[in-house]
Amino acid sequence: MQVTMTINGEEVSREVEPRTLLVHFLRDHVGLTGTHWGCDTSNCGTCVVWIDEEPVKSCTHLAAMAGGHAVRTVEGLEVDGELDPVQEGFIQCHGLQCGFCTPGMMMTARALLDRNPDPDEATIREAISGQICRCTGYSTIIRSIQWAASKERETAVELAGASNEGASA
Amino acid sequence: MQVPAPFEYERATSVDHAIELLNRLGSEARIIAGGHSLLPMMKLRMAAPEYIIDINDLSAELQYINISDNEIRIGALTRHQQLLESDELAAALPIFRDAEKVIADPVVRNKGTLGGSLCQADPSEDLSAVCDALDASCVIKGLDGERMVSMHDFHRGPYETAVADGEMLTEVRIPLRPNSSSAYHKVERRAGDWAVASAGAAVTMDGDVIADGRVGLCAVGPNLTNIEPISEALRGQAPSEELYARVGQIAADNSSPNTDTRGTAAYKTHLAKELTIRSLRKAVARATGTDTGAVA
Ligand SMILES: Cc1cc2nc3c(=O)[nH]c(=O)nc-3n(C[C@H](O)[C@H](O)[C@H](O)COP(=O)(O)OP(=O)(O)OC[C@H]3O[C@@H](n4cnc5c(N)ncnc54)[C@H](O)[C@@H]3O)c2cc1C
Ligand code: FES
Ligand code: FES
Repeated sequence: MQVTMTINGEEVSREVEPRTLLVHFLRDHVGLTGTHWGCDTSNCGTCVVWIDEEPVKSCTHLAAMAGGHAVRTVEGLEVDGELDPVQEGFIQCHGLQCGFCTPGMMMTARALLDRNPDPDEATIREAISGQICRCTGYSTIIRSIQWAASKERETAVELAGASNEGASA
Repeated sequence: MQVPAPFEYERATSVDHAIELLNRLGSEARIIAGGHSLLPMMKLRMAAPEYIIDINDLSAELQYINISDNEIRIGALTRHQQLLESDELAAALPIFRDAEKVIADPVVRNKGTLGGSLCQADPSEDLSAVCDALDASCVIKGLDGERMVSMHDFHRGPYETAVADGEMLTEVRIPLRPNSSSAYHKVERRAGDWAVASAGAAVTMDGDVIADGRVGLCAVGPNLTNIEPISEALRGQAPSEELYARVGQIAADNSSPNTDTRGTAAYKTHLAKELTIRSLRKAVARATGTDTGAVA
């Protein structure tokens, strides 16, 4: 069957078997291997991508079900060569070691910060509780997400300041 | 690599269309809602339907929480996340938020649905215990229209429901009674896991006594809907620790769990008792306005 969806803003269409899982559609048919494929049992969360702004486990989702929808993968975090603050945070705070869990962690983190710009530690832990990291012990991942949150809040304050100055000038 | 066996994919454009497809394609057709139970089963070849009917476009018809004075109606495609986040639902039936906080993880909760949970009819499905405790009814729709069945009649056994070929679950209806409340307690090995055991309780007070009470159990055996001796033991009694202990023992006596990687049968039976006690205590405290917010 023909499956057409938007991936990171671009329309993509492929002829696939109906049983194709979204994770394999992305990796094997479209060549976006940033999304990882781990446990295959919806437990580890490394395959998390967004469908219409919501994080889902793409190993437990048919590509066909995503047809007509907007998918965002880890490749879609960086825009015009500029890293997302979540990606920067993972660099700044050593949020990864082997990097296997990282794409899923970052997609979930991005979704969290879009809904809650100032999450406390418990909220971050809850948000990533469906995801497994075998390396970091989670503390650095949490710090990375906190780093991104505070950077975004600072940027928001600066932008608001700049626009106030603009208004008074 | 685990992939489902081949099938044909159809996307329903309305509830009527889904029912028409179910009838046209016959007993080898299966509905997919969140897919978080069905796809894992298909990957393991425990299910190999020839046709998959995707109902995820039917949110306008099947995704809602409608609260009236005497009833709550919830659409079958309502996601775990919506059941967790609805403040109105938590105010009317706090058992839902208690349970949803500990069902799977936030990402799984974005997909899994109420209808899928009930139709999966896995004895470990938390929402089945919740709906049992609340005395819910299920609306099943087919070519001949709608019919309503109680939770007791809905679950025919493990993985078996009253939904016949050519039919689907469209709605769950829960009666709202004054002076009532509810609570849910679950023990899990780690965040996001299925229950080792859980119990939910709902009570209606009449002054100082329990007019009506129900308990739903999860993961401690099949066919645990509507445990009548529990309701009998609660009816007309003043709440007390002694009463809770007696009812907890009835829950344990009705349990028939298996020893598995989540725990021994003896441990799960103990949990059935203890979690019944805690849920009853909490439900009564909430119904009588004496809840201190303590966890257990
Ligand atoms: C990692 C993980 C952890 C989980 N942990 C828990 C947990 O702790 N507690 C818990 O209770 N659950 C848990 N679940 C299960 C989760 O709640 C599922 O979402 C739920 O069991 C099924 O809902 P679904 O919408 O995904 O159903 P699907 O998988 O789409 O469907 C399940 C079955 O119901 C049928 N069906 C679905 N909708 C209808 C309908 N409207 N009419 C007729 N038939 C229908 C399907 O044909 C299928 O047979 C977990 C799942 C995963 C993957
Ligand atoms: S590969 Fe999807 S959750 Fe592990
Ligand atoms: S960095 Fe290795 S699994 Fe998380």
